[in-house]
Amino acid sequence: MLYNEPSPLETRVLSRRFGMPNSASIDTYLATDGYKAFMKASGMKPEAIIEEVKVSNLRGRGGAGFPTGMKWSFVPRTSPKPKYIVVNADESEPGTCKDRLLMEYDPHQLIEGVLIAGLAVDAHAGWIYIRGEYRYLIDIMEKAIAEAYQKGWLGKNIQGTGFDFDLYAHSGAGAYECGEESALLESLEGKRGIPRIRPPFPAVVGAFQCPTVLNNVETFCAVPPIIRDGGKAFADLGVPKAGGTKLTCLTGHVNKPGVYELTLGFPVMKMINEVGGGIRNGKKLKAFIPGGSSCPILTAAECEGATMDYDSMAARKSMLGSGGVVIMDEDTCMVKAALRIMRFYAHESCGWCIPCREGTTWLRKILTRFHEGNGTRSDIDLIGDLSKNMLGRTFCPLGDAAALPTISIVEKFREEFEDHLNGRPCPFEHANHMVTV
Amino acid sequence: MTFSPELEARFDKLLKSYPAGRQRAAMVPMLIYAQDEVGCISDELIDEVAKRVGVTPLAVNEVLSYYSMLHRKPWGKYHVQICTNISCLLCDGDKLWEQAKEKLGIGHREVTADGQISLEEVECIGACSWAPAIQVNYDFHHFVTPAQLDQLLDGLRKKQ
Repeated sequence: MLYNEPSPLETRVLSRRFGMPNSASIDTYLATDGYKAFMKASGMKPEAIIEEVKVSNLRGRGGAGFPTGMKWSFVPRTSPKPKYIVVNADESEPGTCKDRLLMEYDPHQLIEGVLIAGLAVDAHAGWIYIRGEYRYLIDIMEKAIAEAYQKGWLGKNIQGTGFDFDLYAHSGAGAYECGEESALLESLEGKRGIPRIRPPFPAVVGAFQCPTVLNNVETFCAVPPIIRDGGKAFADLGVPKAGGTKLTCLTGHVNKPGVYELTLGFPVMKMINEVGGGIRNGKKLKAFIPGGSSCPILTAAECEGATMDYDSMAARKSMLGSGGVVIMDEDTCMVKAALRIMRFYAHESCGWCIPCREGTTWLRKILTRFHEGNGTRSDIDLIGDLSKNMLGRTFCPLGDAAALPTISIVEKFREEFEDHLNGRPCPFEHANHMVTV
Repeated sequence: MTFSPELEARFDKLLKSYPAGRQRAAMVPMLIYAQDEVGCISDELIDEVAKRVGVTPLAVNEVLSYYSMLHRKPWGKYHVQICTNISCLLCDGDKLWEQAKEKLGIGHREVTADGQISLEEVECIGACSWAPAIQVNYDFHHFVTPAQLDQLLDGLRKKQ
């Protein structure tokens, strides 16, 4: 059973097997073009595989949007060290729930994507780092991996190609920070998930000090269709600088929340009104987060004419992010939204960099007292100033992720902060709910 | 320390899942699977895992305190985790949280007197499009209504 009805406006490339009977089994996968891309890639030169990925204009789907082909090309193939593949399945960006479906419905597509990356960079082992809360997905992935070994799609001399590859599922244990690539590698190695100083980047010094390709689940899942049907076909689905489709999670105040596969460049208002069935209870759109709570927020006016791609969001000083779309209606208290987002980052800050550790903690405290009605006029600017002081001053992007949405909310919804000072009631009923974390 | 044959088999597999000399990498998965069987991370378990992965107990302690799912005290038999992060908040996840606290008479990371149910307000659990969402142990519950939460908690109180 699917979590939500598919939309006729979707372009189902990565999600084409969702909803098929036994879609996670290797038999279904093999019956529907499964592992054909691997066989094709095994006859290609590694440079040709990377070139095909470059042609596809695939960009990292975890949030940063870095061109995947270029990332792969940074791995020194001739290094005497072993090369590794690591899958980031630590999906924890608030608003994002797409990798869950890719693993639940089509685990072999992910395995095939990993194998092709292995061929491209001469890697023979890999790990799928899955957040601990997704235990049922670890079970599904382990079952799929076992099936692949059994049928000769993992292990020694895969299908007579002479290529060996071992793949393992690795459980996390609850830490948003481990979705950041260098913290993930620390965590994979059995340490606290604290970011590493870069350079060197993981492509050169990654897992266990070896060159590593590290991508999001969705990025790897896009690789089999790219190799099978050609990079150009994938690129043509999207916009000039970003190819293909994006699994987009509609969340919040829409009539039809759900995960939908939409082409890059899909119009935002069409997505909200037609794919998502419009705002709940006939209300008006107030604010929009394009891709997880780390992205600067857009007002309803800014959504007009916007499209779901990197350039359109950058032009509006936001980001496409992870695909976690958060839709807020006219009754949403933006002070409360800012507070809830900051509570999250304060909880998840690993504590390594002082601007992030102290900044998120103090911002949480200030926003809490502000929302409870005990703020002062100078707090409004203080919130903005403290946030700006975190920007660019941390080893990993968590500090920026906490600062950016906060700065945008204070700038774009300043009057709501003023309203709280003037004793105007918070539109939320449970205004006083706050837990000390 | 003795574990079930299934857990021993998993430990063996984990220790073979990483490059030679890098067995420390098995630590976090071992801790979380062992915790599920033992109930919490006891001192004895820390010593055992340290021995198996070849580090000091102090090193295990340092790592485990970082991860929010690893806990030193036992949870209830049913650990109810209610998400109140942004997407769930917009769909009244915070009201579910208040409701559960009131009904059970316990707070954040507390356990009922009979040890049956524990409660935790959690950060995003990756169910944002099906909000508000709850996890009971590892099972997801989506689009939870106040009536369903009531029924769920009543059921858990009696459940074996």
